[in-house]
Amino acid sequence: MEKIKNMSKFTRTNIECYGMVLLAFVILLPLQNAGLISYSIAGQLVPICTYIVMAVSLNLTVGFLGELSLGHAGFMSVGAFSGVIAVACLKNTVAPDWTKLLVAIIVGGILAGVAGLIVGVPVIRLRGDYLAIVTLAFGEIIKNIINCLYVGVDKNGLHFSMTSADELGLVDASPVLKGPQGATGIPKISTFTSGVLLILFTLFVVLNLINSKTGRAVTAIRDNRIAAESVGINITRYKLTAFVISAILAGMAGALYAMNFSSIAARKFDFNTSILVLVFVVLGGMGNIPGTIVATTLLYMLPELLRQFADYRMLIYAVVLIVVMVATNSERIKLFADKIKARFSREEDITDAAGKGGGTK
Amino acid sequence: MSKDKMVPVPSNAIVPERDINKIPILETHHLGIDFGGLKAVDEFSITVGRTEISGLIGPNGAGKTTVFNLLTNVYQPTRGTILLDGKSTAKKSTAQINKMGIARTFQNIRLFSNMSVIDNVRVGLHNSTNQSLAASLTRLFGYKTSERKSLEEAMELLSFFHMDDMANRQAGSLPYGAQRRLEIARALATRPGIILLDEPAAGMNPSETAELMENIRRIRDNFNIAVMLIEHDMNLVMNICEGICVLDHGKVIAKGSPDEIRSNPKVIEAYLGKKKGGVEGGEE
Repeated sequence: MEKIKNMSKFTRTNIECYGMVLLAFVILLPLQNAGLISYSIAGQLVPICTYIVMAVSLNLTVGFLGELSLGHAGFMSVGAFSGVIAVACLKNTVAPDWTKLLVAIIVGGILAGVAGLIVGVPVIRLRGDYLAIVTLAFGEIIKNIINCLYVGVDKNGLHFSMTSADELGLVDASPVLKGPQGATGIPKISTFTSGVLLILFTLFVVLNLINSKTGRAVTAIRDNRIAAESVGINITRYKLTAFVISAILAGMAGALYAMNFSSIAARKFDFNTSILVLVFVVLGGMGNIPGTIVATTLLYMLPELLRQFADYRMLIYAVVLIVVMVATNSERIKLFADKIKARFSREEDITDAAGKGGGTK
Repeated sequence: MSKDKMVPVPSNAIVPERDINKIPILETHHLGIDFGGLKAVDEFSITVGRTEISGLIGPNGAGKTTVFNLLTNVYQPTRGTILLDGKSTAKKSTAQINKMGIARTFQNIRLFSNMSVIDNVRVGLHNSTNQSLAASLTRLFGYKTSERKSLEEAMELLSFFHMDDMANRQAGSLPYGAQRRLEIARALATRPGIILLDEPAAGMNPSETAELMENIRRIRDNFNIAVMLIEHDMNLVMNICEGICVLDHGKVIAKGSPDEIRSNPKVIEAYLGKKKGGVEGGEE
């Protein structure tokens, strides 16, 4: 009996997550195809998908591992530019667009994972503020490196330079990445469908992970590091695993994001982007995946919807953020929400409500 | 198994008679640690039989918890050696020492309080759960079998402590006594050869303490392991411990069976202070 209840809790979160994404997809895709969605909103679909992937993957680090990472945009950046370069290499092949996008996403994910491993090995031994500071620095370093990186592809292969585009010595080709100007001439091959597929993949990875042996070890480290060590868990290994998986997913999101624009520069992935994703995670709920998806969608759309208020929109946006933050942390509102939840599903006992309350920070 | 007579072994220590011909589960030789100039623990040598219930007692600040932290390498010893089942634990991490066979509980309870009760125990089963990262990520490659096995084993341990009805509650929301039991269950899940209990009866009423004593005996008899406990409740210590070691100011001042300890003048002095004008000369 207990077992069945235990399983059903996982399944409930899974159904909530997958269901929400699929429902949105089923509703939005025909509308988009029929041209019923305004141009500005249609343009936001892929970025929203990207940011959902970003937020869900950051939630793995912040919510489940319990470490504050301020350099998530850095991994997105690595993924974005390596994806762009990968697609540039495939320029003259006849492969269909979706294959190119898939290659870009895989290459982006792998390179971001490598970056995650390089940063992670020394950093993961740090805790709390120190980890936040180092990841923040990582994000800035990546931005600055890409800002002075020149890359080109011609029939002789890939060319790299750190000084100027001329030094690449390209034959019959223009550079892909031109330092501070960023990457230009990117084929716009990201689609809403591919975005949704990437979200589903991310959910598959993250939800499976947290309901497994690895996930339990990661959550245990968050709850009590000393106790986790005392029951034989290799802290460094599991922290690194979660951190690298989070980086890989961010890299994949970055590749998807880059393929949505014809040009993109490194300054897009700065500290503000990292903080923006962190805000989505905190307001959606640390360790709460469905909440993260909802919060990301709403908060990303909000500045768009507030466009009519012109200059005041960021002001209103800030106020909304503060109100949401205060509201989600209020005990009284939490109790009220639990009461409503209990009314809808009488089956649920108090324990379940308490468990849910704990997840929604 | 009840209490056996304590008998001496070659290392000049005593263990219960039934453990006499087996390698002791835990041996320490001249163990010590300095914090700055302070010798927090010094010349700590004990032998614990394979199925012995032993006690570590002493006044506050004597270094009892420090000994536990030394045994689990939370602190690296400055001097001396620890032999666990005949193997040295030097330069091992806390996690590796757990794999070698020492599990422990903490004086101030350390549970994974945001996780469910059953998941706390399943974290304890971590190293015996055979599930690769690939299986974790894809739910294939024997994921279901390993998950079911860990769930069943965890339930078994919970029912050993009569906690099966609490399996899905959040660990942090349990009453105090249940949290203590859960911590022991989690430690047992790692399949240790010896379990170290740091003040298991702290904050318990007499009936809870009686239940705890019963549980400690059941742990020894069922799992066939050694138990070592730090405790201030003398009733509990004298009742269930077979060998007792008394620490004061980081040094062992007495070792022996409960009867020997009870009548040892040094122990009485450590706990109650020196008699004025006593046999020793009365310097104060």
